[in-house]
Amino acid sequence: MGINYLYPPFEIMRNQDRCITCRVCERQCANLVHHYDEDKKRMTADESLCVNCHRCVSLCPTRALKIVKTDHIFKENANWKSEVIEDIYRQAGTGGVLLASMGTPKDYPVYWDKMLINASQVTNPSIDPLREPMETRTYLGRKSSKISRDAEGRIIPNSSGQLKLDIPIMFSAMSYGSISYNAHKSLAMAASELGTFYNTGEGGLHKDFYHYGKNTIVQVASGRFGVHPEYLNAGAAIEIKMGQGAKPGIGGHLPGSKIGEDISATRMIPLHADAISPAPHHDIYSIEDLRQLVYALKEATRYTKPVIVKVAAVHNISAIASGIARSGADIIAIDGFRGGTGAAPARIRDNVGIPIELALASVDQRLRQEGIRGNVSLVVGGSIRSSSDVIKAIALGADAIYIATSALIALGCHLCRTCHSGKCNWGIATQNPELVKRLNPEVGSNHLVNLLTAWNHEIKEMMGGMGINSIEALRGNRLMLRGIGLNETELKILGIAHAGQ
Amino acid sequence: MKRIYVNEMWCLGCHLCEYYCAYANSGVKDMVKALKDKQIQARITVEQRGAISFAVNCRHCTEPLCVKSCIGGAITSKDGVIVIDQSRCVLCYSCIMACPYGALTPAVEGVMQKCELCTTNSQGQPACIQGCPNKAIVFEER
Amino acid sequence: MDGYHQRMPLEGEVRIPSGCAISGIIDRSGKRFSAREAITSISVMHDRSNGLGGGFAGYGIYPEYKDYTALHIFYYSSEAKRTCEEFLEEHFDLINLSKIPTKKHPAITDVPLIWRYFVTALPTKLSFSQLDEDEYTARCVIRINREIEGAYVFSSGKDMGVFKAVGFPEDVGEFYMLDEYEGYSWTVHGRYPTNTPGWWGGSHPFSLLSYSVVHNGEISSYDANRRHIEMYGYSCTLQTDTEVITYMIDYLHRRMGLTLEEVSHVLAAPFWSTIEQKEPKEREEYSYLRNTFASMLITGPFSIILGFNGGLMALNDRLKLRSLVAAEKGDRVYLASEEAAIRVIEPDPDRLWYPSGGKAVIVTLDSMQEGEAHGHQLPVSAL
Repeated sequence: MGINYLYPPFEIMRNQDRCITCRVCERQCANLVHHYDEDKKRMTADESLCVNCHRCVSLCPTRALKIVKTDHIFKENANWKSEVIEDIYRQAGTGGVLLASMGTPKDYPVYWDKMLINASQVTNPSIDPLREPMETRTYLGRKSSKISRDAEGRIIPNSSGQLKLDIPIMFSAMSYGSISYNAHKSLAMAASELGTFYNTGEGGLHKDFYHYGKNTIVQVASGRFGVHPEYLNAGAAIEIKMGQGAKPGIGGHLPGSKIGEDISATRMIPLHADAISPAPHHDIYSIEDLRQLVYALKEATRYTKPVIVKVAAVHNISAIASGIARSGADIIAIDGFRGGTGAAPARIRDNVGIPIELALASVDQRLRQEGIRGNVSLVVGGSIRSSSDVIKAIALGADAIYIATSALIALGCHLCRTCHSGKCNWGIATQNPELVKRLNPEVGSNHLVNLLTAWNHEIKEMMGGMGINSIEALRGNRLMLRGIGLNETELKILGIAHAGQ
Repeated sequence: MKRIYVNEMWCLGCHLCEYYCAYANSGVKDMVKALKDKQIQARITVEQRGAISFAVNCRHCTEPLCVKSCIGGAITSKDGVIVIDQSRCVLCYSCIMACPYGALTPAVEGVMQKCELCTTNSQGQPACIQGCPNKAIVFEER
Repeated sequence: MDGYHQRMPLEGEVRIPSGCAISGIIDRSGKRFSAREAITSISVMHDRSNGLGGGFAGYGIYPEYKDYTALHIFYYSSEAKRTCEEFLEEHFDLINLSKIPTKKHPAITDVPLIWRYFVTALPTKLSFSQLDEDEYTARCVIRINREIEGAYVFSSGKDMGVFKAVGFPEDVGEFYMLDEYEGYSWTVHGRYPTNTPGWWGGSHPFSLLSYSVVHNGEISSYDANRRHIEMYGYSCTLQTDTEVITYMIDYLHRRMGLTLEEVSHVLAAPFWSTIEQKEPKEREEYSYLRNTFASMLITGPFSIILGFNGGLMALNDRLKLRSLVAAEKGDRVYLASEEAAIRVIEPDPDRLWYPSGGKAVIVTLDSMQEGEAHGHQLPVSAL
C-alpha cells in the first residue's frame, strides 16, 4: 500500500570515512539491509529491514557502523507511548495476534537489583576462595527421610536418583526447532565439560546427541513431541513441562516453515506441519493426573531417573508447588515471568505471570511451613543475569538455577527479539542452514564454558565474603540478604529485612 | 610445522580473512588508511560456489613447485615457510602457472606476493585466523 | 511492653553475635565431683567473656531423681508462674518442686524467679498422644517457651541440669552455689555478646531434654539451618547459634537415630575433595549423610561441647576457626577453649592435644554399653 504508518525504529549510521566497502555487512545480513552501490562505489542501507541484531556492527573491521534509535517521534504522550500506538497500527493492518520473542522488555521491577548481599567482618571471618576449599557442588532430587541400616549397623545409602551438579547452574529448556542444531550442540558440549545439564526442550532429542545423555534432561511437554521410551531413558532426568514463564497458560508454537527433515524426524511430526503444543497436557486436568504421569514416567525408566515438573510462576504458585511436592516429583522448576521464548503472543508475554524472586521466596517458605521442603529440590529460572542473581536466588531458597537467555547471549545473541522470523543472524534461533552455520559449536561451547566458569568463580568469591564455604549453607539463608528500596509487603514476601536492620 | 587449515563447514563467505590479510601486509598502521579506496589483493582467497565456500592460501608444501619454477631464485623455503624475496622477482609468472592452488598472485602495484604466515610482517600470528569470526580457518599442526 | 521487655531488642527479637569461652570436664569412671573445678577453669578465660552471660551444665547431679525429668524454669512474673504451673499440672505428674537455691551476689542482678520441678509425663496424656516420653516432653517444653510469656524452661533433662544467668560464669557458679552439687561431668560457658541481651534465657548452655550445648563461634549457615530445622516442630525463639545446633543434634541423634559420630559427619561434613579420597563404602556413607542432611551442614567458625547422659562430645568446624584443646589424665578428660584453662586445674595431663577441625572427640562413661551411651539403642532395621 502507498501509505506507511510504521516508521523504521532504527537508523543505520555508517561513518563513510571509515567504511572500506569490504561488503561484509552486505554478505552477512539475513534481512538484506546493506547493499553496495556500483555507481556511487559506496555502501547503502535500507533501515526499514533492520532488526538491530548488530551482526553488521560486530563484523565491520573498521567499526564504521552503529545502529541508533530513530529520532522520528510521536508527540510526547506518557500514556500513548509510541509502541502502544504502533501495535494498534499493526493489528489494524493484519488482524493478527502480535507475536514477540525473548523475555518481556517492559519496565517491571527487577527484585534482584533491590537486594543486597552480606559479608562477614570481625565477629566471624570471611574465607579466601583462592586459598581454602570453596564448594559449589549440589545434588538435586528427593532426600531420604528415614535412615536404614544393615545387619552390622552401617547406614545403607538409600537415596533415590539424584542429579550431581558441579556448579549450581543448568541450561534451561530451549527446543530443537526454536533454536538450531548447532546451538543445541554447543549447550550439550558445554554441559558435559562443566559437569552440569542442558535441557532438550519440547522438541525431542536429536539422535546425534544421545551420547551426551548423561548431561541431558529430556522434556515431556504438552505436545509430547519426540517422546518414546528410548528418549526417556537417554537422559539423566525427565522434565514434565506444565508451563513456561514467558507464556503461562499456553503451549509452544513452531511455524511449519521451520519444520524441515531433521525437525520432523526428531519431533515425530509430518514435514512442514505447524507444531502447536496444546495449552494443557490433555491427560493432566488436575493434580492427581500429574501424579499419574509422574509415576508413568518413573515406571518407564524403572525409577532410576529423577522427575522434574516445570511450572510458570503464577499467582497461586505456592499452592501449586505444594501439590507438586506431594505428587511424587523429585524436583520443581519454576520459571518466572521474565523468562524468554522463541515465540509467544506479545500480550501474554508482557502481562501474565509473576516475578521469579517473589515466586521463589513464597514457594520456599510455604514448603517449609508444610514441612515438605526436603521432599523436593527447587530450580528457578526466568532472567537470571549474573552470578550475583544466582547468589540471591540460592539465599532465597533455590537449590539450583536455570539459565537460557544468558546462555544465548553468550552464544552471540543480541536480544533483537525477532526470533519468530526464523532469520536469526547469529545462527541461534533459525533453521536456515546458511544461518545455522554461523554458530560454530566449538566456539559456542567455549563461550558457555567461559561464562559459567567465570560465574562460578564470582559465586565462590561472594560465598567466601559471607564466611560460607559450602553452597548448601547458603540455601534458604535469608539473613544473608537485605532489601533496599522495597516496601513492607515486598520485604515480607521475600522474607528479608531492610538494609540497616 | 603449523599451517593454515580450512574447516569449510564453518566458512560463511564473509571475506573478512581477505581484508585482514591485506591490512596486515599493507605496512600501514591504520586499517582505514590501508584499505579505503584501494584495490584489495589479499594473499588468501575465498573460493565460493553456491552454499559452499572456503578460504585458500599457500600450503607451504614440503615439495614446493613454485620454488622449483622460480627462474630468479626469489622464492625460497625458510624453516618450512615459503617466502618471496621481492627484490629478486622479475614477474615472469612461472610460479603462478606452477602452483596448483593458485596461491601466488601479483600485487596491485609491484611484484609477486604470497602468504608467508605473517612471519614477515608485524602480526606475529596469521591475521586471517584472528579475523575469522567463526573458526573456519585454523592455525595448527596436522 | 511486659515486665522483662526493655527498650533495646532482646535475644529472640534480634540476632546477637558473640565470642566466648567454653570448658568441659568428665570423669569416665562416673565418679562425681563438684563444679568448683569448672569454675576455676572458666575464670582463667575471664577476658573471653564480658559479663553478659555465663552458665553451667552438670550431669549426674540428681541421683535420687534420676528417672525423672528435672525442669529448670525462669519466671519473670508470678502470673507467668501460675500459667506455667497450670500447664505443667495438665501434662505432667509433679514429683517435687522448689525454688533453685541461690546466694545473693553483687554482680548478678535482675534476678527472675528460678524454680525446679521433677516431673514425669502424665501416663494417660502420654498414651493418648501416641508419642514416646522424650518427644512428649520436648514438645511441651517448646510450647511453654513459645506460648507462655514470661516463662522460660532452660533445662529439661534427666539427672542433669543447666544453671545460667547474665554475669561472668565464675559469678554465676557462686550464685547457684554449684560447689554443693556433684556430677560426673560439667560443661561451662562464658559469653561475650555484641549487644545487651538483658535476658537470662539467652545465656549458654542451651539445652533440650538431656542435650546441652556450649558454643563458641558465629555460624554463617544459621538461617539456612534454622529454616530447615523449624520444619520439624522446633521453634528457634532465641535466634542463637547454640539453640539451632542443639535442635539439630536432637533431631539427628534422637529422632533420626544417627550415632554421635554420624551426627558430626553431618554438622561438620568433610569437604567433597576429602570424601572422594575415601574407600568406596565410606565414600558412599559420607556422601549420603552429607547430601541427605545438606541443610544441616554448619559453616562458619564454631567449637561446641555437647553434654548428654553418659558423656561429652567436642566438635570444631572444618577449618578450625575457633580454638579447642583436649587433655586426659587417668579417668578424667578435659576440653576447653584454651590450654591454660585445662592446666589451671590439671597441671600435668597424661596427654594433651588440639583436635582437628571436623573431627569429633566423643568421651563416654566406662559403664555405658556401646550404643546405650547415646541414650538409646542403635536402631537396626530389617533388610
